[in-house]
Amino acid sequence: MTQKITHTDDLIACHGCDALYRVQMPEHGQRAICSRCHTVLVAPRRRAGMTIVMLSLGVVILVFGALWFPFLEISRSGFHNSATLIDSALAFTDGPLLILSLSVAAFIILIPLMRVMLILYVLWPVVFDRPPNKSAATAFRLAEALRPWSMAEIFAIGCAVALVKVADLAQIGFGPAFYMFAALVVIIAVQDNQMCRWSIWQSLDETDRQA
Amino acid sequence: MSGRPQPVEGRLTAREAGLVGCRRCSKVWPLDTQLCGRCGATLRSRDTTSISRVWAWWVLGVAAYIPANLYPMLRTQTLVETQEATIVGGAIELMQHGSYGIAIVILVASVLIPVAKFLCIAFLAMSSQSATPVSASARQQLYEIVEYVGRWSMIDVFVVAILASLVQLDYAATVNPGPASLSFALSVIFTMLSAQAFDSRIIWDGIERSTPHAPRDPQPTEGSPTP
Ligand SMILES: [Zn+2]
Ligand SMILES: [Zn+2]
Repeated sequence: MTQKITHTDDLIACHGCDALYRVQMPEHGQRAICSRCHTVLVAPRRRAGMTIVMLSLGVVILVFGALWFPFLEISRSGFHNSATLIDSALAFTDGPLLILSLSVAAFIILIPLMRVMLILYVLWPVVFDRPPNKSAATAFRLAEALRPWSMAEIFAIGCAVALVKVADLAQIGFGPAFYMFAALVVIIAVQDNQMCRWSIWQSLDETDRQA
Repeated sequence: MSGRPQPVEGRLTAREAGLVGCRRCSKVWPLDTQLCGRCGATLRSRDTTSISRVWAWWVLGVAAYIPANLYPMLRTQTLVETQEATIVGGAIELMQHGSYGIAIVILVASVLIPVAKFLCIAFLAMSSQSATPVSASARQQLYEIVEYVGRWSMIDVFVVAILASLVQLDYAATVNPGPASLSFALSVIFTMLSAQAFDSRIIWDGIERSTPHAPRDPQPTEGSPTP
């Protein structure tokens, strides 16, 4: 009974528990879930590719806007200061703390920006029915590896905490960049929700074979 | 067409079927394949170095967490005084000012989550090498929670960054970061790497060997069906 399985194209292995399944594409909006460990295997969305491309463009624009404008403003007894997002990222300037500055800048700006650019590079040709870019697989693998290190939403909560902390020390105002950053956090969350990893890998595979 | 993943007859896992699944893109290959032809990831049926890497990052994470609690996180200077606050000290101060909600956010993100995470990862690593009464699905859930929640500990580092860049009001008030901010950030990063090094497939190995080929009902799908 244990003949060797030679045809593996229609198989999918759960990355959580290694359970083996035959792929059956669920309908749009539905999800195929591993019956053993409940990891989501496939979750296609209608017109997801185009939606993700548009949202990614939105994120790129918002990141540059959020970098340009003042982020938060503060005043106390005649003294006034405003900080941009870059100021916040580069707040640790003392010797060894500089490393921390660079990683904060990476976590809240560089990595989120890099991820959407990589995703645009991967999905743009797919959405417009062109053959995928040469290093699309490498790019998407990198985008996936960077996912846990993209911390824009955590920084947003950090802002809320920081504001309460200074509330009794000084008056605070929100700059335009603050609202842009808030919008950016929401868009990244929506985009992540639209993204079915398996479908994207599959589309790269298929377009590859036709070419 | 239904969205149910169909189990492969008589084969529970890719490994039992003589295959290896890619952890990055879920594609299945013959067992001796080295690199995934679809996404280029290195293929390993089970990551044998997983547990030792988990422990290596874990030790670094715990080691960095100790100075993070001993040294000050923030140095606040106003006209009248200079204050240095550690993580816990800062939270206590917030409580004295009546901001209980924020104090709890800080305590949860900077104390409860890191400590719980150290314990959970240690438990997962140990229980994958010996018998445990805790079911595999409970451990899988624990692993997913640890992976999801761990990043949120970074909140306190970001709060320090925001305060230090914003509160620079010459003599009226200035806030500067303390050395604990660096060791705390390192602790969070090391612990994230420790959790990522864990190969969750180990949790499930040998679990269902006692009842081979047990019929498994595919899980019904969630979400609203499209019209
Ligand atoms: Zn599974
Ligand atoms: Zn792969």
